[in-house]
Amino acid sequence: MSEQTMLKVERLTKTYGGAGGRSLTVLKEVSFELGAGATLAIVGPSGSGKTTLLGLCAGLDRPSSGGVALAGESIGGMSEDARARVRNDHVGFVFQNFQLVPTLTALENVLVPVELRGQGGPEAEEEARGLLTRVGLQERFDHYPIQLSGGEQQRVALARAFMNRPKILFCDEPTGNLDDDTAAAMVELIFGLNRERGTTLVLVTHNLELARRCERILRLKGGAVVSDELRLAAHETH
Amino acid sequence: MSFILKMAWRDSRASRRRLVLFSFSVVLGIAALVAIGSLGTNLERAIDGQAKELLGADLIVTGRQPPSADAQRYLGALGGKMAREISFSSMAVFPGAPGQTRLVNVRGLEGEFPFFGEFVTDPPTAVAQLRAGGEVAVVEETLLRQYNTKVGEMVKLGETQYRVVGALQKIPGESSAISATVAPRVFVPRATLEAAGLAAKNVLMRYRTMLELPPAHAPEAVEADMRRQFRAERMGYDTVAERKRELGRALENIQGFLTLVGFIALFLGAIGIASAIHVYVQQKITTVAVLRCLGASAWQGFAVYLVQGLALGVLGAILGAALGLAVQFSLPPFLKDVLPINVEFFIAWPAVIGGMVAGLVICLLFTMLPLLAVRRVSPLVALRSAYAEAAPATDPWRIAIGVFIVVAVFGFSIWQTARLRDGVGFALALIVGFLVLAGLARLVSAGARRLSSRRSGRWSPGRLPYVVRQGVANLHRPNNRTVLLLVSLGLGTFLMLTLFLTRTTLLGEIALTSGKDRPNLLFFDIQDDQLDGLTKLSAAKGSPVLVHAPIVTMRIASVRGRKVEDLLRTAAVDSEGPRSDGDPRRDGRIAGWTLRREYRSTYRGRLEGSEKVVQGEFTGRVVPGTAVVPISVEQGLFNEMGLNLGDEIEWDVQGVPIRTRVTSVRTVEWRRLEPNFFVLFPEGVIEAAPKFHVAAVRATTTEASAALQRAVVDAYPSITAIDLALVMQTVDGIFSKVAFVIQFMALFTVVTGVIVLAGAVMTGRFQRIRETVLLRTLGASRRQLLQIQMVEYAILGVLASVVGGGLAVIANGLLAQFVFRISPSASPVVLLVGVVSVCAVTLVTGLLANRGIATHPPLEVLRQET
Repeated sequence: MSEQTMLKVERLTKTYGGAGGRSLTVLKEVSFELGAGATLAIVGPSGSGKTTLLGLCAGLDRPSSGGVALAGESIGGMSEDARARVRNDHVGFVFQNFQLVPTLTALENVLVPVELRGQGGPEAEEEARGLLTRVGLQERFDHYPIQLSGGEQQRVALARAFMNRPKILFCDEPTGNLDDDTAAAMVELIFGLNRERGTTLVLVTHNLELARRCERILRLKGGAVVSDELRLAAHETH
Repeated sequence: MSFILKMAWRDSRASRRRLVLFSFSVVLGIAALVAIGSLGTNLERAIDGQAKELLGADLIVTGRQPPSADAQRYLGALGGKMAREISFSSMAVFPGAPGQTRLVNVRGLEGEFPFFGEFVTDPPTAVAQLRAGGEVAVVEETLLRQYNTKVGEMVKLGETQYRVVGALQKIPGESSAISATVAPRVFVPRATLEAAGLAAKNVLMRYRTMLELPPAHAPEAVEADMRRQFRAERMGYDTVAERKRELGRALENIQGFLTLVGFIALFLGAIGIASAIHVYVQQKITTVAVLRCLGASAWQGFAVYLVQGLALGVLGAILGAALGLAVQFSLPPFLKDVLPINVEFFIAWPAVIGGMVAGLVICLLFTMLPLLAVRRVSPLVALRSAYAEAAPATDPWRIAIGVFIVVAVFGFSIWQTARLRDGVGFALALIVGFLVLAGLARLVSAGARRLSSRRSGRWSPGRLPYVVRQGVANLHRPNNRTVLLLVSLGLGTFLMLTLFLTRTTLLGEIALTSGKDRPNLLFFDIQDDQLDGLTKLSAAKGSPVLVHAPIVTMRIASVRGRKVEDLLRTAAVDSEGPRSDGDPRRDGRIAGWTLRREYRSTYRGRLEGSEKVVQGEFTGRVVPGTAVVPISVEQGLFNEMGLNLGDEIEWDVQGVPIRTRVTSVRTVEWRRLEPNFFVLFPEGVIEAAPKFHVAAVRATTTEASAALQRAVVDAYPSITAIDLALVMQTVDGIFSKVAFVIQFMALFTVVTGVIVLAGAVMTGRFQRIRETVLLRTLGASRRQLLQIQMVEYAILGVLASVVGGGLAVIANGLLAQFVFRISPSASPVVLLVGVVSVCAVTLVTGLLANRGIATHPPLEVLRQET
């Protein structure tokens, strides 16, 4: 684990206001730190607060209390647009349902993060092609999501996630919608790219086998951390 | 910026056809604004360019008597060119159409009028022949065609036969369409009128002196000088500047009205766009959320779709401008006869750009309303599709845009009508119509929900067939089209039916005057010695005289002891003409026209059915020699003169002064084709004065009417007749020409409604396609799917058309009461045809736009992202 802290979560709590004035606390006082290049799996039963925690860590939502620092920047008090900039600078995403923009080709989807910064151009395009080739989609540059299989769509999403050279990659059930073989190939890609680029990885999963490939496993139940397991040899076991 | 443009372009890929369809919603509205604006500029330019041709002379002096010797000397001394004309109504007989007679406007012309512009005849040599003199006539072209008379044939006016030397096509300053239908013109040399024996017996003569002034004399200065010197002669003056002002004002009114009709189309289209964008944005929320996850700011996400909205607005504006120009260039043939000037049609770019900008701004405002929601899309939606952030109750931007739209509607209406009352009335009608329809839509949605609810009592859903339940449920479920369709179709129906109903109200009012026992033929210019003969002749022809009235011409000499000349000189007189808006008083001032005019009054011992005393007491008879005679004054005149009961008026009855006192005020139904009067004298005072008579008869058939007119003209050539059928035909003719233009513009609104409907259905199609596929997967037949759609669109069509029709009936009632001041008549046939047509259009458009939805391969749909 690197010495530099990439993600620091302090006493993170998220409460939703419910109907009739009743509120619901979905995340209670969660704290942890993650160094650069580290891998973390968040596991737990449905409704345990995994996705909420991922969303808060990635700056997709504001915590009710507590704080999150991403790549050294405290994002808790930032406006949504400022958090968007942080995401664009440091974060990559892989979603369970791929979330490709349906009207963009595979290549264009991959280019979005850099184009958002106004850095699209021949070089960026070359890099996007390289990434797509890296995930095995060299024949699919100009295909639209609807023309791709689920596994192919998830590989495009992975290429897009690495396009802005993120310091941290968040994956939400990255293999949840894939068959076993495709899922296995996808996992190899995620960890392979993670290793190659030294990216910090945070993934939410139900799949314990996938979780065990991470150095650290955070178990949630009822919004609280019930165990924080450090698996130093995780990389070497595979 | 480049990301926004690139993303907007790429994101539109799957929806370009839809976006183009959305843009069509505003095309017709913009086209209407562009066409009317550009045409308006053409007319303005034409009026400026042909100012002198509007009148044909620098100055025209008009009077009921020939100018006095002094006035003639004055006119002669001005040193310019002069032409004179006597005009009056008379009956013409056409040998080419045996036995046919027609009321015409005879013009006895002397001199080389017009001095500016062209006197257009076919053949062109006719003008020279007319000026050369002799028994020759230039006759209204339409009249020659109607009576199958050719150049070289004869026409009989009074006792004289005139040889037709040419067909009149155009003379400066007069609209041929209106002149030709009301009283077709027949020009003859002035000198021949004495011989024809027409001028001598005719009372209602008009004398015009037309002048081309030397540069040293400005027309306005001459007018002012003559008004001062010859006040007693009570002459009217017409200058180019005055004519230009009047025409400009009239055209501005028409242009303003048409622009408002076009504006409704734009408004409707903009509502359509707003609704379509709303649905479009709903479908783009996940994309926006993903972009936000990848680092797009709220502004960038919003801007991507704003660019698309702007692009469709620009496309709509360009297409609208092109269509508007096409309309502008296709209208001239229809307008040629209505306009008194030659209009050169050209593209008025400022007007075109103005229309485009107005359209674009309205389009953008309405697009922004739903687009503002994009700013609030949370990136969390990418993680959880069901995530819904608690939206703040109020979005200040939304409120600001809403207020801006309302202000824009009021501002535009007031600007175009140029009158606060009319502008506010129009905007209120539009907004009330919108709110009523939107409220109804909410009620329908709530009702549909209740009807479909498992808990509803007597109307338990189980009692309705499945397809009906589904169709009704479509009216309230998420993303339903109920509000949009009811508002767009309802407003379209409302506008179109209001126009149709107003037409039937106006025509119905005239038809009412020809009710079973009402007179439908009016004879006037009957001399004392002709009355008995005419009465007998009418009776013999089976059309007895129903009403007859003696007419004595007179002028006002003084009011409340002050001489008319003094009053006219002071500020106590308002020089404007009669007020049409019913303004009862002019701050205590007397309307100038009431003092200058010649009154044709009658005497009677009783009131007619068309009259009602509203103030004072009517006196029907006085003993001869009464010093101050009690008279009854019509209410409108009473107000215009600022009179009070008991005021004294002295009359100059053809040289004899008669003192009178206003002892009663009457309302008069002027619209009845009966002799009606401003001033009613009692019996026993003016019987001995020189007079003529009018008589009203009822002819049972058109043939009987024609036979009687023929017989009367043969026996008494100087008597003239007005046939109600002809009046109706004339009114209908004029209305048709104007109505054509109005309805053409209204059609824009209706077609916009259909486009909005098609757009809404197409948008709904993308939403419904999954549900339909699901139903198909679960075993629904194509027939069932079709029936579900039919139930939904039939309910919407019926409600929109019935409510639109109801609003039209109310609007027609209000227009009739406050604008036309007549009783409204709502033709059930017009209403029924309107309602049924709208239902049919809704159903057909709905089914056409949804065609193929039931045959879509389920797999393809289930894989589709959008």
